[in-house]
Amino acid sequence: MPKVGVLAMQGAFIEHIKMLKKCGVKTMEVRLPKELAKVQALILPGGESTSNRKLLEESGLFKPLAERIKQGMPIFGTCAGAILLAKTVDSKPGLFQAIDISVKKNAYGRQIDSFEAELKVKGFPKPFHGVFIRAPIIEQAGKNVDVLSEFEGRAVLAKQNNVLVATFHPELTDDARIHRLFLEMIK
Amino acid sequence: MEVVKGSYKVKLGLAQMLKGGVIMDVTNAEQAKIAEKAGACAVMALERVPADIRKEGGVARMADPIKVKEIMRAVSIPVMAKVRIGHFVEAQVLEALGVDFIDESEVLTPADPFQHIDKHKFKVPFVCGATNLGEALRRINEGAAMIRTKGEAGTGNVIEAVRHVRLIKQEIEALKKMNAKQLAKEAKEYRVPVKLVQQVRMLGRLPVVNFAAGGIATPSDAAMMMQLGCDGVFVGSGIFKSAEPEKRARAIVEATTHYNNPEIIAEVSENLGEAMKGQDIAELKERLQERGW
Repeated sequence: MPKVGVLAMQGAFIEHIKMLKKCGVKTMEVRLPKELAKVQALILPGGESTSNRKLLEESGLFKPLAERIKQGMPIFGTCAGAILLAKTVDSKPGLFQAIDISVKKNAYGRQIDSFEAELKVKGFPKPFHGVFIRAPIIEQAGKNVDVLSEFEGRAVLAKQNNVLVATFHPELTDDARIHRLFLEMIK
Repeated sequence: MEVVKGSYKVKLGLAQMLKGGVIMDVTNAEQAKIAEKAGACAVMALERVPADIRKEGGVARMADPIKVKEIMRAVSIPVMAKVRIGHFVEAQVLEALGVDFIDESEVLTPADPFQHIDKHKFKVPFVCGATNLGEALRRINEGAAMIRTKGEAGTGNVIEAVRHVRLIKQEIEALKKMNAKQLAKEAKEYRVPVKLVQQVRMLGRLPVVNFAAGGIATPSDAAMMMQLGCDGVFVGSGIFKSAEPEKRARAIVEATTHYNNPEIIAEVSENLGEAMKGQDIAELKERLQERGW
């Protein structure tokens, strides 16, 4: 059985771990390159993207992780995690540039504009409850990006090859369908 | 499509996103940028850090809105700001400014001798200090989305933060051994609904994110609070009252992430220059932690 890691630099990583356990997969927190080497897939959790970026660079994890993503390791970024995976962020180059999307940080406004809304997701018969916390907006998605859900006309769940991103937080609900979708990407 | 803003869920959600991180006190845009660059997950906008409030005395109030706005413009991470205990209008002002989190804080001079702010009335989430379980649960019952230990702010002395974490832990352990009747009695004593006490007993922890605060000055202090089970740390005077704030801020962020890794804590603790001088608790004229009801 594959082991799915959750980047545990800063943010809501424990919620992802709980969700993965609920899906019945083995999981572990990843902070160091030697821990990354033990997992077959990785989740980049929500948190603060600037903080995560800084910690990734200083822990020596950035390079080996960028390499693994290039080699096709399935990776799922939620909110701040999606920002780290994006090609461009606020019109500047993103950190991993692993998915062809342009994102704008905190684009719905400040915390008082954080919101909940029901989302239609491709392939799900019932809507998914989206929790958006100081969420980014995906302003543009390239033609090779599969948009799986939209809110107000913009992608909020998208996939390209081995990379899945959500601008909302499925880990803050009891609904494991999006995590299962990610787990299906592991072969 | 229905969109819900300001729900308790999104308030708790932001607190969850801050976990594993360091929230730093800053008094201007320049310090806010240093904090963000060092990897802080949020900043607390203040006019004076607690060490200066302690030294200068007088009534400590909410910061000048211009100061808060200046800091909000300077960084993309969440900005928190403090209001006096019970001062619901200061809280309305901060909400109008658009701050991301309000700290109803004992570091400022209390404004209401009877009660704390009814935090359910706000869209913006609140964090409140606690020295024990009853205090934490009263704040949660009033709508706080996050709890922090009070510690003893502005002292650079971690002992009170440790005291509050250990006390809350012990009290939660004690709940686990109680029967229904005893739980009801405990809830009455805490002045909270029994449902909340039952929830804590079931979870074995507070039902909201719980950070350490008050007296954290070194990377080891931060990691110790994490090993004791806190979800993250606030550092007030400890950074900008030290000899080399940038280096120390970075080191405390690293130590908070790698809190279980003494090799990394050792590495980042090297050559940080002098920590803030700090104070023995016994020598204090006033204990800020005693404010709040």
